[in-house]
Amino acid sequence: MKISLLVWLCLLSFCLSSVQAAVLPEDRADALYHSYDGGGVEISGPSILVRKSFGESFSASVNQYTDNVTSASIDVLVSASKYTEERDESSIGLDYLRNKTTMSLNLSNSVESDFDAETVSLSISQDMFGDLTTVSMGFSQGDNVVGRNGDDSFSEQADSRSYRLGLSQIMSKNLIMSLALETITDEGYLNNPYRSVRFFDASTPAQYSFQPEVYPGTRTSTAVALRGRYFLAHRAALNAGVRQFTDNWGIDATTLELGYTWPYQENWIFETSIRYYQQDRADFYSDLFPFQNAQNFLARDKELSTFTSLTVGFGLSYELDNSGWEFFRRGSLNFHLDNIQFDYDDFRDLTEAGSVGEEPLYSFDANVIRAFASVWF
Amino acid sequence: MKKLTMLIAMLTLMLLSGCSMTPWVKPYERANLSDPIMNFNRDPVSSAYMHHVFETREGARGAGITSGGGCGCN
Repeated sequence: MKISLLVWLCLLSFCLSSVQAAVLPEDRADALYHSYDGGGVEISGPSILVRKSFGESFSASVNQYTDNVTSASIDVLVSASKYTEERDESSIGLDYLRNKTTMSLNLSNSVESDFDAETVSLSISQDMFGDLTTVSMGFSQGDNVVGRNGDDSFSEQADSRSYRLGLSQIMSKNLIMSLALETITDEGYLNNPYRSVRFFDASTPAQYSFQPEVYPGTRTSTAVALRGRYFLAHRAALNAGVRQFTDNWGIDATTLELGYTWPYQENWIFETSIRYYQQDRADFYSDLFPFQNAQNFLARDKELSTFTSLTVGFGLSYELDNSGWEFFRRGSLNFHLDNIQFDYDDFRDLTEAGSVGEEPLYSFDANVIRAFASVWF
Repeated sequence: MKKLTMLIAMLTLMLLSGCSMTPWVKPYERANLSDPIMNFNRDPVSSAYMHHVFETREGARGAGITSGGGCGCN
């Protein structure tokens, strides 16, 4: 017991001996236009973020985000009709800095026609070991209400909790690495209220019929990610990352990321990146069940299937010099384009002809655009 | 119990050495690390959006850089 007391005393001494302060995030404002176009889905809209510090200890942020959705996805084409909707998300945050400790609170509210989400996040981070190491912990709680358009009597609850641990470590004069661990638990109505699964039915001309999907009422997942950034001699940065994911629905996933950032002349910064993602299906996923109510839990959501995605991205930024601006220190104009290719291994395209269970496998690609302006003040 | 005691003792030694350590990368040697291109999250509004794009279309989630709600289904 005396030894463990020493451990705590040592940690406490770190906190109390903090003399060199960490820093709050910079004061800035960003206006982003985003666009996603792929698989029959078009989503676009603005996102505005403003962050301002107050005194030397507080920094507040406000974010307003909108999705304008037009969907004729493969799910919609098979069992519903094209629809449009809007999602609005508002969030506010407050950071409090005391010596080398930063505490953050974030409140978020998202509203769409059939899904309301409220999320509260708390986090704390501490610089230590001569500011070579930053340790962080976080907790989020989300309260979601799931509705169904056209059915006012339908209302279900789905709650989630997230527990995060992070470690950022300066390894050398040119290398910084970070380790992140996050466990998320969900409880409640986790289905999509519109989606159906299909099962073999010899009595119909198509040889299959649909029934509503049924998900478990709980889900627990864990993800761990290791990322690094390395500064190259000619002023460029190489970044790489790997994330491993597992959950109690049987999904295992791996994400690999690689990126390269290089400034050009005084004002330009170019970026290129590649991201590979692979997952195995959930235990209760099937493209075609052998008969109705074949098992307790049923899913035919392509996000729960076995698939890979490959993202190739390119971005450029132009730094605006301060040419006599009164309120702003500097600014930048930015444009990013990413192409994502999704290839499904056990999700079939029912809009194409084929004998039942032998239809062509589904695949699609999407283009994602981010265009934004930033100012620092 | 003996293993636990050893573990605590080792952890204590590590932390004690940490208490008195001098950083192997001095503050004046961190110019490269403080370059904006070395920031994991240089433009939060932009990276948060990409995080959302992936989380709504993939089974995996977490260990990223953002939080928040919304379904983004279909």
